[in-house]
Amino acid sequence: MLTNYLGIVSLTENDSKLKSLTATRPLASIPIFGRYRVIDFTLSNLVNAGVTNVGILAPAKSRSLIDHVGTGKPWDLNRKVDGLYIFNYSYEPPSISDIKLLKSNMEFLLRSKKEMVIFTQSHMICNIDFEEVARCHEESNADITVVYKKVNNEDDLFLDAPTLILDEDSKVIGVGKNIGRRAFVNVSLDMFLLSKEFLIECILGCLENGNCGSFRDFVYKNVQNMNVNAYEFKGYVGCINSISSYFKVSMDMLNVDIQQELFSKERPVYTKSNDSPPTRYFSTCEVENSFISNGCLIEGKVKNSIISRGVVIEKDAVVENSIIFSKCVIKNGAVLKNVILDKNVVIDSNATLIGHNKNPLVMEKQSEVCLNLLKEVKRL
Amino acid sequence: MNGLKREIIAMVLAGGQGSRLKELTKTNAKPAVEFGGKYRIIDFTLSNCTNSSIDVVGVLTQYQPFTLHCHIGIGTAWDLDRSKGGVYILPPHTNDSGGNWYKGTADAIYQNMNFVELFSPEYLLVLSGDHIYTMNYQDMFKFHKEKKADVTIACIEVPIQEASRFGIMNTNEDNRIYEFEEKPKHPKNNLASMGIYIFNWEKLKKYLKEDAKDESSAHDFGKNIIPKMLKAGERMFAYPFRGYWKDVGTVESYWEANMDLLNESCPVDAPGCYLDLYNDEYKIYTSSIAYPPQYIAPGANVKKSMIVEGCSIWGEVYNSVLSYNVYVGKNAKVINSVILSNSFIEDDAVVENAIICSGAKVLKGCIVRGKPGKIAVVPENKKQSSNMILE
Repeated sequence: MLTNYLGIVSLTENDSKLKSLTATRPLASIPIFGRYRVIDFTLSNLVNAGVTNVGILAPAKSRSLIDHVGTGKPWDLNRKVDGLYIFNYSYEPPSISDIKLLKSNMEFLLRSKKEMVIFTQSHMICNIDFEEVARCHEESNADITVVYKKVNNEDDLFLDAPTLILDEDSKVIGVGKNIGRRAFVNVSLDMFLLSKEFLIECILGCLENGNCGSFRDFVYKNVQNMNVNAYEFKGYVGCINSISSYFKVSMDMLNVDIQQELFSKERPVYTKSNDSPPTRYFSTCEVENSFISNGCLIEGKVKNSIISRGVVIEKDAVVENSIIFSKCVIKNGAVLKNVILDKNVVIDSNATLIGHNKNPLVMEKQSEVCLNLLKEVKRL
Repeated sequence: MNGLKREIIAMVLAGGQGSRLKELTKTNAKPAVEFGGKYRIIDFTLSNCTNSSIDVVGVLTQYQPFTLHCHIGIGTAWDLDRSKGGVYILPPHTNDSGGNWYKGTADAIYQNMNFVELFSPEYLLVLSGDHIYTMNYQDMFKFHKEKKADVTIACIEVPIQEASRFGIMNTNEDNRIYEFEEKPKHPKNNLASMGIYIFNWEKLKKYLKEDAKDESSAHDFGKNIIPKMLKAGERMFAYPFRGYWKDVGTVESYWEANMDLLNESCPVDAPGCYLDLYNDEYKIYTSSIAYPPQYIAPGANVKKSMIVEGCSIWGEVYNSVLSYNVYVGKNAKVINSVILSNSFIEDDAVVENAIICSGAKVLKGCIVRGKPGKIAVVPENKKQSSNMILE
């Protein structure tokens, strides 16, 4: 149990290729795999390793993130001692770096009794044993340990991700960018282990030299000036950095091996629960190879899809290769293929929506409350 | 006042063994038995309290209380973790004159009179922790006050052939009760007590104290207190309830109540036919566990069923209710059955008209088959390695 570590989750992630999914929310709170949000995996990895003190550096548009994380109770982070802290950008320009944000909240670092830090982001989805990473880091005596994964560039999932150049002792001697030209690359998962002291040193050095991008950029630029150790993670990683990667990673959950690894019995994934009833499958439904959350009413056909909570799929509707967010209603006779429906979308009966399997059609989130209020107003 | 004063508080009787549920209550109090996929029986009563804005709830426990206590915890799931009020678990206890187990429903309240007095309530709502129904107690409370009643008993019309299983009330036109028969051999009508009472607390206190001194009494509301109050001419009224209500007292009625959830042909104007779990304005709360969504695999065939997170289905599931984390293997068949949490139905197994208790395994190719009226039950954590076919 990593009782001497604190977690920092930096959410200054690039969400420019996620289109309307991040129009009203940060990348970290995009709904995924039916009942989760992207950040659940990072938070669960931290608490499963025994981390009880976590600071979240939240970006702008954090309403849904804060609503989701709340007091941290689902992750057991609602504590008197340590627990969860959320730092957001309310007083800062939206382009601020996580370094500046940490500087203005230095008190959080100084006050915590933990001496070690796991500095991570949310967009690399995996189920990683941070205890093992910490062992590796402590044995290496390095300044920083970076977690990486050897990936096959076949499906362009990790495009633009930073890549590590390693020497034979798996020390990092250079950092490049994955432009997809090589078959195999060591992609950095943007997870760093270091001492708190060293982190503070980095922050202050950064500010002094006016070299203030994000913390990860600082590390990648300065690998030559520090002793950077690399830890190879061999498990499944889903990188969420574009609509097509989001779609592909979601569909990975229909692979049973990946599903069982990500949702392992030893290291469960925690999330906010919302008291949905069980899902009802009616006599007329046909459901196959799908990942379905609680609270749905299914009378139609569902195939190769991921369905969130409280979705209604009426008779003779067909949902194939699609991702449906919570509270959507698909009326009878509608046909959806390769579609992502954001929350509360209502699809009229007999409508047909077909996207491409590498480039799905995305329907924007509808505001349920406003719709209902409008209906009320019309009635008056 | 210190913020503890309440007009009405609820006391939930949850100490019964429910021995007619056999295997289901061997290691578990009846209110803690899993029901309807993700719930436990007591969730319905506790959620009714929450949804009726009753925020002081005493839960009286006695038989096998461990799972029940863990489940309720500090009441967070039902929003009953309040700084003033909330849920209180009340097991039997000792005091300077010794102490006793709860001898009956009335005795259980009597032994907790001091607890009730903390809140100085004018009214006491007495509930059972083992019924399946949704009801807003405020409606009944309003009725109680309008009738200026001393006692109001919620009642429901049951089929006349079943009436002798219940406390039957005979009322005149304005719902006033003039006669109460506990489990009569020849019932005069079909108006059954649901075991939900609102008492004027001062009145009830008097009767509880008298009853406690009565050596011949069974210290039970239905058998002793209600008849005694009626005899004394107290104002007693029946509050007619017209929704779904089921006392899941036997293995068969427990199985039926689960099957009722799957009914697809309920007339719109028959609220008693089906329990709606899908009303966003009236949620049933429970303490939930972190499981991934349910996976319906290629080649699976699921129809007319209710399934919960954590399940993996590779075979056929028809007209069945599955709890958390159930595995149904390839070519397995689950028909007209209730499968409780963490159980395995292995490949090629057949489960029909059965209840599979939590953690049990039906091994590859085994058949477990009951029939309506004679439901097969595989006990908790059992490895069923041979056929069980009830004729």
